Amino acid sequence: MRATDIKNPDYFHKVVDCQWACPAHTPVPEYIRMIAAGRYADAYMVNWKSNVFPGILGRTCDRPCEPACRRGRVEEENATKPEPVAICRLKRVAADFKGDVSARMPQAPATRNGKRVACIGAGPSALTVARDLAPLGYEITVFDGDPKAGGFMRTQVPRFRLPESVIDEETGYILDLGVEFRGGQRIDSLRALMNEGYDAIFVGCGAPRGRDLDLPGRQEAAANIHIGIDWLSSVSFGHIEKVGKRVIVLGGGNTAMDCCRSSKRLGGEDVKVIVRSGFDEMKASPWEKEDAMHEGIPILNFLVPKAFLHDNGRLTGMSFEKVQAVFDDKGRRSLVPTGEPDEIHACDDVLIAVGQENAFPWIERDLGLEFDKWGLPVLNEQTLQSTVPRIFFGGDAAFGPKNIIWAVAHGHEAAISIDRFLSGTDLDERPPPEVNLVSQKMGIHEWSYDNDVSNDVRFAVPWTAAEKALKSIKIEVELGFDLQTAYKEAERCLNCDVQTVFNAGTCIECDACVDICPMDCITFTANGEEDAVRENLKAPALNRDQALYVADGLKTGRIMAKDEDVCLHCGLCAERCPTGAWDMQKFLLQMTHAGPACGSRQTTRNAA
Amino acid sequence: MTYIAKPKLHHPALQPNKVGFTRRDYEGKISTLCAGCGHDSISSAVIQACWEMNIEPHRVAKLSGIGCSSKTPDYFLGNSHGFNTVHGRMPSVLTGANLANRDLLYLGVSGDGDSASIGLGQFAHAMRRGVNMVYLLENNGVYGLTKGQFSATADKGSASKKGVANSDAPIDTVSLALIMGATFVGRSFSGDKEQLVPLIKAAIGHRGAAFIDIVSPCVAFNNHAGSTKSYDYVREHNEAVNRIDFIQSRREITADYKPGATVDIQQHDGTWLRLRKVHPEYDPTDKVAAMNHIQQHQARGEVVTGLLYYDPDSNDMHANLNTVAQPFNRLDEQALCPGAAQLAKLNDSLR
Repeated sequence: MRATDIKNPDYFHKVVDCQWACPAHTPVPEYIRMIAAGRYADAYMVNWKSNVFPGILGRTCDRPCEPACRRGRVEEENATKPEPVAICRLKRVAADFKGDVSARMPQAPATRNGKRVACIGAGPSALTVARDLAPLGYEITVFDGDPKAGGFMRTQVPRFRLPESVIDEETGYILDLGVEFRGGQRIDSLRALMNEGYDAIFVGCGAPRGRDLDLPGRQEAAANIHIGIDWLSSVSFGHIEKVGKRVIVLGGGNTAMDCCRSSKRLGGEDVKVIVRSGFDEMKASPWEKEDAMHEGIPILNFLVPKAFLHDNGRLTGMSFEKVQAVFDDKGRRSLVPTGEPDEIHACDDVLIAVGQENAFPWIERDLGLEFDKWGLPVLNEQTLQSTVPRIFFGGDAAFGPKNIIWAVAHGHEAAISIDRFLSGTDLDERPPPEVNLVSQKMGIHEWSYDNDVSNDVRFAVPWTAAEKALKSIKIEVELGFDLQTAYKEAERCLNCDVQTVFNAGTCIECDACVDICPMDCITFTANGEEDAVRENLKAPALNRDQALYVADGLKTGRIMAKDEDVCLHCGLCAERCPTGAWDMQKFLLQMTHAGPACGSRQTTRNAA
Repeated sequence: MTYIAKPKLHHPALQPNKVGFTRRDYEGKISTLCAGCGHDSISSAVIQACWEMNIEPHRVAKLSGIGCSSKTPDYFLGNSHGFNTVHGRMPSVLTGANLANRDLLYLGVSGDGDSASIGLGQFAHAMRRGVNMVYLLENNGVYGLTKGQFSATADKGSASKKGVANSDAPIDTVSLALIMGATFVGRSFSGDKEQLVPLIKAAIGHRGAAFIDIVSPCVAFNNHAGSTKSYDYVREHNEAVNRIDFIQSRREITADYKPGATVDIQQHDGTWLRLRKVHPEYDPTDKVAAMNHIQQHQARGEVVTGLLYYDPDSNDMHANLNTVAQPFNRLDEQALCPGAAQLAKLNDSLR
């Protein structure tokens, strides 16, 4: 094997599994340490810089970081139920306890640079663009059909998961940057907007159309059949306050979970979710399914909707065909009818949450803006630029429905593109991240992070009592960690950003690190092909997704091979090293956002 | 040493052995020795050997004297019996314990000060009596606890950390053990676990006094240029006579070697040692030849390692003294106090 190039920022970045998995690359261990130290406002600002909506995301994020978290792998065979650190809920702790951070927010610039940017939609992607560009002097105008900013975060995420005050606060930080918000002004024609002379336009209008189910009875019983996202939005604005006693929710995604839990709070007594495929294949996040079931909502699977049953124009129920999953030789699944009689479920209302589509009826097709065969805009995947150079896309409008944190990541990228576009620099050249690698050694056995690994298993977030929670759609269900629990949960974090850095030149091959490593990560061995090396380590390194850190240049001609997979970052290798060949160094990677560091300024200066 | 205890978390693939313990279960307290001490590697080799041999920790007694080396039994086999004796007196306390209970596995852990200076006589007598034990001598050539003075095993002419040459002749514990009648004599290096672990396993399987001298560099006081007990010096001058494969049963022997390249030895407990010869002429059962070989190579400044001598017909102290087979703690009152009539009979036989 070749020696690992630790100068490539990607190597250590990948070791920080949570940060690598986060679309916005939030430095997770950095803010978790701040929470443990009681520095909630600092933790909030680290988040705010990176993901813009810490309070919202701390309640609603899809948390790609958690399945990636090393703690989950480390607890295998060590705890009855291996669980990642509750990263998302710790983010909420930072938001809940930060106090007043308004003085830390960037100020609206005193002078403008004369460039005008329009954002269509006031959802997470467009607001991120606004936040990144407004402080640089751009004149930003945000349009949204709804009267308040927030987009789908405000209209579709139910209040019992996300209180309105949190949305007001975090959208407010952005609109306070001198951004002009035109609520209630839906854009009906892109051509008309283009004619208003904006230097750049960002389209962040989401995927606003919920899929329908064209089944027998759909027209006749239409009064009691609702499209999930539209229904949620009506609930959010108070247009709908009641639902029938018996409700069927069709679909297995997170929208379906929001629909069924909302129904429970609006008069639904017999609420059930019915999905075509298997329970395990549902798109909803596991915790959202658990939350729904916790509230007494059954999830029935392998039932394909067949017809809406009605009597004199009134919905009476639905019929379903029973199916089973059959796998072919290649492991492809198909749903095959079992031949059993159809199942009938009586109901008063049906909510259809079987997916969302992008819809751009307001974009004229003769503007030179190309769409692909799925009706999505043709974009440069990196720059998010459309075939009309000054028009950019992001969020669900770009590549179809994803989630808030992806929308934020798109917003950052689009802001960089717009900044570079408007300062005449090459869009394809992307700014490298800012990287810092610093030793954490304070004394012979002292480190500037808490290296004593906690043995606690994941702490559960307290909930409002079910009978109280179900009484009103506005009562928040999850209460968030208290500070003591937050501290203990924060201590479960393994500090994966504090890297084990090896220097072969000073190593005397005494084996002290090999002997002390609690996870048997380190081996000194003869070099060979990667497969052979992985097999022959002190503990076989069978997780190919995790890198081997290889160093050569040792006196005996062997290599040092460290399996990053389950390293606890406890620093004992470095404490036991007599020559300091091992050191614990904090790797802080922060994405470069639009602004001077992204490379646009120099060109601007040259131009000026 | 470290301030924090070694985390309890272990690798998910860590396997239990035949008696249900993982390697981590054989660990002891966190070491308080200097970072990089060879002794910690030896502790780790003992842990590995005991795990591989499916030894039940409660059937082991660890005895030691005084010194850095003699602290180490605290750092391995935390669930075994232990006795920290007076300086240099480990062999006699161990002999007594062995007489009382022959069923335990005895690990005698000592250092070059403990065995070659204050305890030299004790060491010699334990060897000649054939006490059934594994005698591990953690040999770094200096008194580490008192800031690095030369010990009695330091080679003549080797330099101290300050550059002063040693003027005294060294005590070669391996040759001494051979002369004193040890039936299993080996030497190894703390930085070579591939050699050390099988050697410890073979010593555990041996009946009689098994002695292993383990060169164990002192990183604080004896790991500099001019030292003959440093990591670099031992690596450069290591002359292994053989490599051991320790085999639980003969059926497990699978690797093919050229005829004459290996020697298979059955131990009294039924296990097998396969010695892969590194020096083709070296015969580890020929004591005189072994002593010659060791002396010749040591004269050239080489460190001879491996299984140096092995007596396939070894006996131990209990066989020599014809003692009772059962440990004292399992003899009943009748056996321990046979009564006045038996005493009179014994006295009569001696008149």
